[in-house]
Order: sequence, then structure tokens, then C-alpha cells
Amino acid sequence: MSRGALLVLADGRFPAGGHAHSGGAEAAVKAGRVTGAAGLGEFCRGRLHTAGLVSAAVAAAAVLGADPGELDLAVDARTPSPALRVASRRLGRQLMRAARATWPSAELDALAREFPKGAHQPVVLGLVARSAGLGAEDAAYCAAYESVSGPASATVRLLSLDPFDATAVLARLAPELDLVADRAVEAGRRVLAEGVDELPCAAAPLLEIGAEAHAAWAVRLFAS
Amino acid sequence: MHLDHTHDGPAAVSADAHRPDGTHRALRIGLGGPVGSGKTATVAALCRALRDELSLAVVTNDIYTREDAEFLLRAAVLPPERITAVETGACPHTAIRDDISANLEAVEDLEDEVGPLDLILVESGGDNLTATFSKGLVDAQIFVIDVAGGDDIPRKGGPGVTTADLLVVNKTDLAPYVGSDLGRMAADAKAQRAELPVVFQSLRTEAGVGDVARWVRERLAAWTA
Ligand SMILES: Nc1nc2c(ncn2[C@@H]2O[C@H](COP(=O)(O)OP(=O)(O)O)[C@@H](O)[C@H]2O)c(=O)[nH]1
Ligand SMILES: [Mg+2]
Repeated sequence: MSRGALLVLADGRFPAGGHAHSGGAEAAVKAGRVTGAAGLGEFCRGRLHTAGLVSAAVAAAAVLGADPGELDLAVDARTPSPALRVASRRLGRQLMRAARATWPSAELDALAREFPKGAHQPVVLGLVARSAGLGAEDAAYCAAYESVSGPASATVRLLSLDPFDATAVLARLAPELDLVADRAVEAGRRVLAEGVDELPCAAAPLLEIGAEAHAAWAVRLFAS
Repeated sequence: MHLDHTHDGPAAVSADAHRPDGTHRALRIGLGGPVGSGKTATVAALCRALRDELSLAVVTNDIYTREDAEFLLRAAVLPPERITAVETGACPHTAIRDDISANLEAVEDLEDEVGPLDLILVESGGDNLTATFSKGLVDAQIFVIDVAGGDDIPRKGGPGVTTADLLVVNKTDLAPYVGSDLGRMAADAKAQRAELPVVFQSLRTEAGVGDVARWVRERLAAWTA
């Protein structure tokens, strides 16, 4: 693996559309569940161990060579909210665009051809990591980190939260990120041996419900 | 691993002048400038002026609603399938400059679904004087300011005023009421922009968007030449 490539891919400024999404933070803020740094910390912890873990495992499995089409179906099955499925595919398509310019590969071209409107983001992320010469652990870390960095930066904008506090929240989660990435890679290996049913299916019902409510608002800052 | 561009892939990457099927894509023109300066009104007027001679579509980048798209729909300047709203995540300049992926997706989908298109107008969400469009997203940009925002804006400069391919100073009909000195604005704009063109317009008068429409036609002629 190239640590340099990992930094490029994990950079919050990597132009793959993430800036327009709050990862459920906007709905949680509106519902009064996140009102400050402490609430943001709890929100991120919950998201990391549910949506984050699933995404990380899918990304790891994709790097290890699991079938992208099957992984994509497995993400559908693990994402009850139609709005979240749409957001995930949109982000997958945007990541694909950025990656085909940054780390072009025949494999990415093939996936883009198979899913012209976008495969789920963690599936794309796994194949992007492969194109960038990265490993399963790297992809798992990227997915796990994205699951909390997006909501944190969105909450800075939504609540005018002190950016130092929001970043400290992320720093406190680092040991748990390590744990989730480890689990995700293990799951990815099991997928290779036994199939996609080995993927975790940790769910956060409030994220799914919040996403549906959010998608129906007339006025919102973020796309999801 | 090869890092050169591939042109045989299934989807175009950013500024490429050709679509995946080899055809020439539409010219993309961005309209930026502060909130309320008249971007949406200019887009609407351009659509009315050009829709009979060109195949057109519009992408709007609203900050927190679909207001601009809905205004254009209500005004029926184009059929609804030719207008797409992009959500910008509270950061309109990011979506037109730093991370253009959602906008590129919108323009590509429009070309796929209602194409072939000659021209796509991309309106920015309205931001400060530093917001400009990426060259990966648009081929040319128009920066729209108005006389009511203060007649010192051309003097202050900034990337939009200084580097846009066309500077539009809108709402000249309001100049007498807000005490703006159009002569001074023109001289300051000239000093900032040298040979780059400036149009003074009022959409409330007969001439309307005529000068801007003419400029767009010229760009299009150069693009398809
Ligand atoms: N008096 C006058 N009003 C204008 C002119 N152009 C636009 N407006 C008005 O200015 C307001 C803001 O215009 P809009 O196009 O929505 O601005 P945007 O935020 O830049 O898109 C609207 O009420 C328009 O009707 C003009 O040339 N003269
Ligand atoms: Mg507008």
C-alpha cells in the first residue's frame, strides 16, 4: 500500500461529492437529537458502529475481490430507506468520476459500464482503493472515517459548532475507528470464503427514518 | 497503473469536449455572482431569447431550497425535463469550483435524457465575490452584479469581477434610485478587466438580455466551429 495514496483518497477535500451530504446529521439536528459537541459524539459513535461498519466491510470485501454486483445487492438489502439508497448510489457515481480521473483502471471502467447511474458508494470505494494500489484495511479505514467525518463537518455548519470541538470528537473516536476497521476486514475475508451473507448488517433505524423525513423537506442545506 | 486519461470509457470525465459516443457535447456557460443580482432573471430571459433557435437546458445550484428551479418552472421558460436543481450542502461555491461532481452529473444526465443539447446554463447558488466556476465544469462564465449592490463593487475587483469571461452589471434602471454612478462603474470595470467585455443591462427595459444573448451566440459559434 501507499500511505500517500491513502491520504489522497481519505482527504475530506477529495472531490467526490461528499460535501453536500450530512450523513443524517441535518435530520438529527432538526429533531433536537444533536445540539452540541457531546451529542455529535454520540451520533457519530452510533453511525460508526452501524452504517460505518457495514460500509467498511463492503469496501474491504470489494478490495479483496468479492463480486461487485453481489456486494451492491447486499448494500441494497442493508439499506431500508429508499432515500439513503439513492444517496449512496449518487455518491458512488461521483466517487467513480473522480477516481477514473485520478486512478484510472480497466476495473473501474467496467464497473462504471455496469452501473452507469452509480453502484453503492462503498462498493465503488473498494474498487477505487484497488486502483490506487491500496489494501482492504485502507478501504475499511476510509469508509469508517467517512461515516463520521461527514456528519462532523456538516454539524459545524448546521449548529455553528466550534470546529475545534467537532474535530476533537473525531479524534476521540480514533480507537473505535481502529476496532471497526479490524472487524470490517475480518468480515471482508469471510465474504470471500463464504459469500456476502457474512457482511455485517448493523442498522440504525433512526438514521433510516430520519433520512426519509429529510428527503421530504422543502428547505434543507444538505442533500441527505 | 496508468494515470493518463482514457477516452474509451463509458462516462465522460469533466471538461472533455466529446461525449462517450464521440459526439460534441453542449457548450456549458456558468452564471455566478452575489445573491439577488439577477442571475435567475438573466437565465430566464436567455432561455426566452434563445429557446427557438437552440436546444437548451439549465442547472440551478440553490443554497437551501429549489427556489431558482421552481421559479424557472413556474415561468415556464423551458419544459420541466430541461431544468435540474443540484443540492450544494450549504456551500454553493464548493459545488461549482472545488467539487463539481454533482454538477457534472446533472449536465451529463440532461444531455442523456433530453439531448442533443447546444447549450447548458449553470446558475451558481449565489455567493460572495470570490466564487468562480471550475474550468472542469463550464467553458465560459458570466459574473452578474447589480447597481444596487453598491457602485464600488467593480473597483473592489475579486476573481468574479476581474476574470469572468463576461461581466454583467444588471438593474441599470435602478441606478437613479440608489445613487449608483454607472460611468464610474464602467471605468472601474475597465481598469480591472482590461479587454474583457462588460455589459450594462436592465431586464426591465426593451433591450433586456439582448447583449448577453448576442455574446452567448458568439461563444456558441466559436464552440461549434
Ligand atoms: N429593477 C430590476 N429588477 C431586476 C432586474 N433583474 C432582476 N431583477 C429582480 O431582482 C430580484 C432578484 O433577481 P434574481 O434573478 O432572483 O437574482 P439571483 O439571486 O441573482 O438569481 C428579482 O426580484 C428580480 O425580478 C433588473 O434588471 N431590474
Ligand atoms: Mg437565483
